[in-house]
Amino acid sequence: MAASLTTTGIPVSVRGLRKSFGGHPVLKGLDLEVRAGEIFALMGPSGSGKSVFLRHLIGLEKPDEGDIQVAGEPISSEGIGDRFRLAMVFQSGGLLNSLTVAENVGLYLSEHRLKPAADIEKIVLEKLALVELGPEDAGKYPSELSGGMKKRVAIARALVIEPQLILFDEPTSELDPLVALTIGREILNLNQRIGATTVVVTHDRDLAFGIADRIAFLLEGEIVALGTPDEIRAHPHPLLQRFLKAEFR
Amino acid sequence: MFRNLGELVLLFTATVRALPRVWRERRKVGEQLFDIGNASLFMACLLSLFIGGVLSLQVGPVLVERGLGSALGGLVALSMCKELAPVMMSVLIAGRIGSAMAAELGSMRVYQEIDALRTLNINPIHYLVLPRVVAIAVALPCLVIFSNLVGWLGGALVAAHNDRIAVPWTAFFTNLQQQVEFGDIANGLIKSFVFAVLVGVVSCHQGLSTLGGPRGIGRSVTKAVVNSFVLILIMDYVLTRLLLPFDDGWTV
Repeated sequence: MAASLTTTGIPVSVRGLRKSFGGHPVLKGLDLEVRAGEIFALMGPSGSGKSVFLRHLIGLEKPDEGDIQVAGEPISSEGIGDRFRLAMVFQSGGLLNSLTVAENVGLYLSEHRLKPAADIEKIVLEKLALVELGPEDAGKYPSELSGGMKKRVAIARALVIEPQLILFDEPTSELDPLVALTIGREILNLNQRIGATTVVVTHDRDLAFGIADRIAFLLEGEIVALGTPDEIRAHPHPLLQRFLKAEFR
Repeated sequence: MFRNLGELVLLFTATVRALPRVWRERRKVGEQLFDIGNASLFMACLLSLFIGGVLSLQVGPVLVERGLGSALGGLVALSMCKELAPVMMSVLIAGRIGSAMAAELGSMRVYQEIDALRTLNINPIHYLVLPRVVAIAVALPCLVIFSNLVGWLGGALVAAHNDRIAVPWTAFFTNLQQQVEFGDIANGLIKSFVFAVLVGVVSCHQGLSTLGGPRGIGRSVTKAVVNSFVLILIMDYVLTRLLLPFDDGWTV
């Protein structure tokens, strides 16, 4: 998919990542390479450590052991956020409730003083249009938005950065299937437009198999399967197969 | 406890190091100043009026019985400006503003807004802590000056209109003018500045270190207020002791 496009994405390398909370091991020595420009999905049941892993990738958590490198530089190194454009879309959106939609989306540009106010306003409207939100939504506060709209605003805020690496934490959770489909398409379009390396943490099978170049399956802090969607479908791990084939009837 | 103290010192140091950015954050400082004034001015007025009145009521009859009624103005004024106004206004700000700050930052932490700031390469200390601490440090000394004036007025009103005291308005303020020196006012202002920084840093620290959901926010608010009260009272003793040698040294 994205591999054939010109990419601005950056690779991510994880070596021996371990993390425990209160003596309970959550990540048990993960080794992983995310290639530049690909869409990489991390699947697994709830509580398997997916979100904790994602937080490590952008430096929000410090590992107990192990090393995470973004484009060859440790994520913990000083000023990495100045050298690379990294973004994360949180499960809840992570929008600042005291700011309007437009202020949230333009926050990166206004705080870093990268553009004059008039340009920021124009860019904000452009990015909102990309996630199918109009100028009438720009003045709303996050409390006035639905769950799906919040996620789209969060994606627009990430788009403003023009990220080289973008992380999505459960982008389709709590959304109805149609909105989930829109969000999935947005992730795909975003990857195709700017070629950013994209890591999606999800337990939504349709999303992972629909957009990812490669998928890893995380179980109790360990990666038990890694490969293309077809390889994952054919993987013999019994719990993975149960996870993939779970149906009501 | 020692870990908390260490984190407080680190947050304070980081905030001081961020001070050169304060002009850049002036809009946020202005918003915080407006919030502080809006939330506390009426309460400060009410509290100070009654503190001044109670001081007069407690001390006035005793002084008048001993023929020292004319000293009431100075006593009320010095008590207000050196001790009661700085401590009571700091307690008010800790209760009304510090708690709100801890709740706001705690909620931002719980709902991943602070994580979102970090991923946007925005330092939460620059964006959230600096404007709040600076605004409190500016607002509290101003509030203390206001509290002094209202407290003196409250003291004079009770002194003039209470039958057991009956110290005239002019006698009260004449003695006040004779007794209160610039150093006495400065003493209270220095204290209030230190208390303000304490309240700001403690409240922001509690907010930023909130864990868990709404219960965690509640715990942070309680801790912010209680820790602020304790530290204000401890620092009050320390500062009073440190400022004692300067008591006679300052004149207008």
